[in-house]
Amino acid sequence: MVYENPDGVKIGLEIHVQLNKLNTKMFCGCSTDYHDAEPNTHTCPVCLGLPGALPVLNREVVKAAIKVGLALEGEIAEETQFHRKNYFYPDLPRGFQTTQYDYPIVSNGKVVIEGEDGEHEVGIWRAHMEDDPGKLVHIGSIEKSKGVLIDYNRSGMPLIETVTAPDMRSPKEARRFLDKFRNILEYLDVFDGNLEGAMRMDANVSVYGGTRVEVKNISSHKGVEKALLYEIMRQKNVIRRGGEITQETRHFDEARGVTIGMRTKEEAEDYRYFREPDLMPMRVSDWIPGIKETLPELPDAKRARFIEQYGITDMHAKSLTSKIMLADFYEGVCKAGADPKQAATWIADVLLGELNYRDLVIASYDGNAIGCFNDKDHSITNSARVTDMVELVALFTDGKISDRAAVEVIRSILDGEEEKTPTEIVEEKGLFKAEDDLVTKAVSEAIAENEAAVQDYLGGAEKSLNFLVGQVMKKTKGTADAKTAREMLVKELKG
Amino acid sequence: MAEAKWMSVAQVKEQIRESSAEEVTASYLEVIGKSKLNGYVAVSEKAVEQAKEIDSKGHKGPLAGVPIAIKDNISVKGMQNCCGSKILEGYVPPFNAHVIEKLQAAGAVILGKTNMDEFAMGSSTETSHYGPTLNPWDLERVPGGSSGGSAAVVAGGEAPFALGSDTGGSVRCPAAFCGIVGLKPTYGSISRYGVVAYANSLEQVGPLANNVSDIAALMDVIGGYDNRDSTSIDRKIAYQEALKDDIKGLKIGIPKEFFGEGINPDVEKAVWDSIHRCEDLGASWEEVSMPNIPYALASYYIIAMSEASSNLARFDGTRYGYREKGENWHSMISKTRAEGFGVEAKRRIFLGTYALSAGYHDKYYLKALKVRTLVKQDFDKALSKADVLMAPTMPNPAFKIGEKIEDPLTLYLSDVNTCPINLAGVPSISVPCGFTDGLPIGLQVIGKPFDEASILQAAYAFEQNTDHHTRRPPEVA
Repeated sequence: MVYENPDGVKIGLEIHVQLNKLNTKMFCGCSTDYHDAEPNTHTCPVCLGLPGALPVLNREVVKAAIKVGLALEGEIAEETQFHRKNYFYPDLPRGFQTTQYDYPIVSNGKVVIEGEDGEHEVGIWRAHMEDDPGKLVHIGSIEKSKGVLIDYNRSGMPLIETVTAPDMRSPKEARRFLDKFRNILEYLDVFDGNLEGAMRMDANVSVYGGTRVEVKNISSHKGVEKALLYEIMRQKNVIRRGGEITQETRHFDEARGVTIGMRTKEEAEDYRYFREPDLMPMRVSDWIPGIKETLPELPDAKRARFIEQYGITDMHAKSLTSKIMLADFYEGVCKAGADPKQAATWIADVLLGELNYRDLVIASYDGNAIGCFNDKDHSITNSARVTDMVELVALFTDGKISDRAAVEVIRSILDGEEEKTPTEIVEEKGLFKAEDDLVTKAVSEAIAENEAAVQDYLGGAEKSLNFLVGQVMKKTKGTADAKTAREMLVKELKG
Repeated sequence: MAEAKWMSVAQVKEQIRESSAEEVTASYLEVIGKSKLNGYVAVSEKAVEQAKEIDSKGHKGPLAGVPIAIKDNISVKGMQNCCGSKILEGYVPPFNAHVIEKLQAAGAVILGKTNMDEFAMGSSTETSHYGPTLNPWDLERVPGGSSGGSAAVVAGGEAPFALGSDTGGSVRCPAAFCGIVGLKPTYGSISRYGVVAYANSLEQVGPLANNVSDIAALMDVIGGYDNRDSTSIDRKIAYQEALKDDIKGLKIGIPKEFFGEGINPDVEKAVWDSIHRCEDLGASWEEVSMPNIPYALASYYIIAMSEASSNLARFDGTRYGYREKGENWHSMISKTRAEGFGVEAKRRIFLGTYALSAGYHDKYYLKALKVRTLVKQDFDKALSKADVLMAPTMPNPAFKIGEKIEDPLTLYLSDVNTCPINLAGVPSISVPCGFTDGLPIGLQVIGKPFDEASILQAAYAFEQNTDHHTRRPPEVA
């Protein structure tokens, strides 16, 4: 099947990623760990842009950028070169941003995503380094705010801006690209996507090969998909009514789900780029082989290995490698002795489903437990331990608990206030699979007590069997295996 | 004790040994108190206290107790750093420039901050928000600029030596106009950390003193690598070791382009007399051609203004310094910058912004960079034939206050012989080499990159065999 792309949609993305896993800022020694700090406590003369302060390029930023470039299969520049992008804004302490212009650190890369019609390649035009400005905090709402406070803790944070080719043909492909891109960056351990402002996106979109429109500053993958769906519809409507699409920059109003015009091309700013005279080029070509060696196994390679090594399905492998922490957790569980196929089912299907249901995102894995981040209130919550999963899988495969009981155990782990092992939970809740004679007794009782249902079933009403199974489960307090109970009932009733 | 006025650093140190750092500092502060020059914009309240501490600790640093004046664009923690501008009114840096750290470690006592053209933009110190500084040789004349305050206080006996900064001649021009010695070191030899940028790719901190030895003594303290300035270069230069009264065999190149139209005949004669004096001392000379020098001035101004337009963007009233009230941020910043910057700073911001703008960038900025490369090549070529180059520092002696200030182009033209050196990044020292109508004339000795040794040696030998540097300005004697 080939995707026809009936509206001739072309989408390109520009993604700003904060390298928030590095210890220090881009041009000074200030700590990047400011997210819980008081405003303006992680600053110095350099990131405040005090007169006379000078930038010194953090080598770790360059190394991280090269890592990203290699992971995107791009070409790496031989040396660093920075330009000044001049504009006035209160959060910009020097009146210019230090960025890369015509000689980015990375060019001509690619990412393969699951497209509308199978594997689809998205070209990466460039990825470059730049510094983040501070942050404006409005007192009250933006419209009614009486004043603005500025927090320069973010000022000077290292960013990588990645620009893709307009290779995506639908909002869904754009979202898939973003998911994959974020996943790759997290594998590289240069970035924590859960921190506020860690990833900001601009999307360019055109239909029928026409003029492109840029939608700026979208903060989530979901937001990009929604903004693009709206924008494509808007552009199609304009054309249908005989209008013309003008080249412009639009803002996405996340709450209303619409894009709003900001400025047209004629109003575009002139940033007066020129070489940053305070930074000398840093030769990096010699670093590349060394950095290549430290490159971790990337999602696609890991997925293939999981299928090969653990004999799990492609679906499971894809799901388990969709986050580095999850992949590591899964391998931890396997290495600790769990049956890999069972572990894959319980982690990819059940655990992940229960996490999603609770709006929990896996945010950490320390070799023992995964920690979760609550996407709703941004809190860090309960985690699942490797030992728990190993125990759970063993309890299940040994036939000691039913699948229903196993799900119950996982829910208890996630919702429980105290840390308990699966065995403790099973004991406490009486979830052990009932002994066979207990089930036999329950089956006999169920048949004896439900004459009508038995007759209905024997008369051909298959549904009545479900009722009887339910009765058996009730009598065994859910400890019976439903499949076994059903088989026993059928045997008893039909001989 | 004897009045410390016009003592060399060696003499000051001797005086400190005989009396104390405290007395020497107090003696300078007394001279400063009586000054008519408007050389200082701020006098340190802690100078005497610092000198006392040096005395009580028995500080052994190379400049222990020696007072020094600092240009008001070099950050000294706890003292104003206003760059001659209203827009930095009230700004006190919370950190020291690299050179200040070095000076304090060496035991130097900071007397105060000196006047300058606003953001170092000028050759006369008339564009300062604090009013003009007067030339000690003639109080109706400018001291040169932009480090006019630093030059005037040294020439006026108000400090044994001083720090300035040189973007297109800002140390050498006032040194020449005030009859003292001033050095623009090789780009990268002194850290710019803490020095407020006018044009980053061109400027260096530079010392001003009454003699070449004091310049070398100061360079040994403030020179050297600093990891906070990415343009600083890790290269050891022994400045004082270069001071030898011997220029036998020295090959001097004379670039005729530096003796161009409009040069004062007395200046031309004084410089040629100096070259011949060097010949008497065993040096040889030959003319060298530097065909791109006539384009240097235009290239220099485009690059300097372009960089300045970006460097000065941070002065927006948001975080520090002067602020005007506005209805919103845009009007606040517009009013602040309209009120806070002087005419010359605004002119250069406008011109620099223009030169970098889309459609003009290639025509002006990029072309200026190409010229810069050609000028560098001219220096490389000339200095491959000669050990040093000699030329007039300024084509004319100090002009009258107000004489050129209304005519920026004429004022810009006075940098014609100094700014090519900054484009090339090479070192150059200006030494007194004569007088015309009682006004000092400066001889510029230019060297290869990081070969300060050769120009210091040539300047030192010239000084040892001449007496121009011993004359003192009558106005303040």
